[in-house]
Amino acid sequence: MNVTLDAYEPIVGRDVIDQLFQIAAPLKGMKIVHVNSTRVGGGVAEILNKMIPLMNALGLKAQWEIITGTSEFYQCTKNFHNALQGNHVVIPETQLREYEEVNARCAEELRGTLEGADIVIIHDPQPAALIKHFTNRKGKWIWRCHIDASKPYRPVWKYLRNNVEDYDASVFSLAAFAQPLPHPTYLIPPSIDPLTEKNIDLEPEEIATVYDEFGIDPARPMILQVSRYDRFKDPLGVIEAYRLAKKFTPTLQLVLAGGGASDDPEGAVVLEEVKLAGRDDPDIKVLDLPPDAHRTINALQRASDIVLQKSIKEGFGLTVTEALWKSKPVIGGNTGGIKLQVINHHTGFLVNTPEGAAHRIRYLLHNPDEMKEMGKKGKEFVRENFLLTRHLREYLTLMLILWFGNGDRIELDRLDWRTNERS
Amino acid sequence: MKKKRKNEPFLIRDCSLAAVAVGVQAQSLRELRDKIATIHPGSIYHHFWGGRLRPQFEHPEYHNDFAAWAHHALHDNVLAERLGVIDPTDFKELEDLRQELVDVIEERLDEQDWLAWARREDQFHFIRSQIVVFSTPLRFESPADMPDVISAMSASSIFYHFIDARRRTPEFLDDFCTWLNGFDGEYDDLVQEIAQIDPYFLSLVDLKQRLSQTVSDYLMGVGHVRKHFERTHGRAGTGEGAKQ
Repeated sequence: MNVTLDAYEPIVGRDVIDQLFQIAAPLKGMKIVHVNSTRVGGGVAEILNKMIPLMNALGLKAQWEIITGTSEFYQCTKNFHNALQGNHVVIPETQLREYEEVNARCAEELRGTLEGADIVIIHDPQPAALIKHFTNRKGKWIWRCHIDASKPYRPVWKYLRNNVEDYDASVFSLAAFAQPLPHPTYLIPPSIDPLTEKNIDLEPEEIATVYDEFGIDPARPMILQVSRYDRFKDPLGVIEAYRLAKKFTPTLQLVLAGGGASDDPEGAVVLEEVKLAGRDDPDIKVLDLPPDAHRTINALQRASDIVLQKSIKEGFGLTVTEALWKSKPVIGGNTGGIKLQVINHHTGFLVNTPEGAAHRIRYLLHNPDEMKEMGKKGKEFVRENFLLTRHLREYLTLMLILWFGNGDRIELDRLDWRTNERS
Repeated sequence: MKKKRKNEPFLIRDCSLAAVAVGVQAQSLRELRDKIATIHPGSIYHHFWGGRLRPQFEHPEYHNDFAAWAHHALHDNVLAERLGVIDPTDFKELEDLRQELVDVIEERLDEQDWLAWARREDQFHFIRSQIVVFSTPLRFESPADMPDVISAMSASSIFYHFIDARRRTPEFLDDFCTWLNGFDGEYDDLVQEIAQIDPYFLSLVDLKQRLSQTVSDYLMGVGHVRKHFERTHGRAGTGEGAKQ
């Protein structure tokens, strides 16, 4: 029995933990190396921080390496990110050369580790070019793209595709986010960890601290949107929806909680616009929170009656997952991964306009029993589908498939990765 | 003396599914028909059954992905209803199921003066699955063990033995019925009761409960629990089972 996995048992059940051990058994002792470009900040680092110890707890030898670059390298990879999301970005040749040089240098630094690995998982575009420097690799290499690449800026995708087509497999979060590649493309949605500060259960006293801290009246209904200040998250549309709903529920309060505006020039502009739009109404709270305010976000989500994620464009939408986990009905934009999580009349409502959002806010506030029922369903939906244990199971399944064969059906009985001839 | 068991123990296996994007999309009803006609049969299977093992809400309005797409993306509720009523358990072969889909869509295309299109963001993405199958420590020694063991099985294990089995066994039966048939007809009534459980409209968790309850009710009703107890432990007060 292992302490780290045991901590999940009260949440997911013993059968889920047992299943992980059964799936991992044939992979015991296998050397797995994850590579990304940062140990702190961002969803990838957050997932790896938890995933690596859990893989080790299952008997695998998992480790996590990072590559580090120059400011020009990071500018280039930021451009990659924006271009994959569809922005027309012309990347200077000097940045591309720097990207290649940093990958070449890091390949030499990591050569011993990566050449000795059975499975290498490269996260996002930053270290994607490492593979070009391992022509005699013995392990299986997987490119894990966490970005919505459904409509990439083609010249940049053409460059990146040249770097990722040599991988044995790639992984995207949703089919709609993927691009055709000459190897199998697997679909693994992301997950939340129920034991992190952002999602762990809080005592009522701690939840109540946000009322005083932000001037929220606990006796009146409160709706919340958590997201960085970005036009795609439509914070102004949320204010419009709140105003329309407030005509019918004058006691309504709105909290917009976000961050990241300090180091994002466009985010700062959007934040100012949002503050301006809400300045005449003391019941609108616009919060610019630091990146480590996980517990505060957790408390705000638990203190709210309804959570909104009225995005116009969205990746998977883990803020929706977090809200559902806290038993809140979610009113979400009809886009991206929100569509997979928000099921009309079951876990919340999908909307296309501020008017639609206002209508659903009114509906829910007048149907508290339905809100409660949706909250329950939403939590169970996340428990079954979007927790870290499911994510881990799917990674293990992918490793087994890559190692033991690529047919429609792989029977694991009596297989051991050390003796099995690889496909 | 214990009566000799008539059948081998039932060893519980489990499975995990990997979803693979096949890189084929449809944005109109005609495209959907054309792609269904040629897509890998594993993709047809996935869009009817794979949803049981991948992140998806347990009680969708429509029970296959094609019907759900007709409703949500094409906004064609007539087609959604016709596709939604297709029960994959009615078809022995995936090719027959494929043909039924094509027929239903063609009928709808004939009825319409205009072609239904979806937004780009709402395209139908064809997916197929790869399944990894592995052993678990759970097993039935006799039918009397079934209710408790079924209750302890994972949802994916229920999928493997009750749904997936119909595709991989020559008689298109679930594994539980196949195993019970090995008792020389003693459990024919139970086999019939299990065969009446429709897996298509139950979530895996509900299916597990229904299976466990069906077997439990049957065993209690016909006194098989007592018979089994007597068989393995002796009559109360006289046999080995009465000794404490």
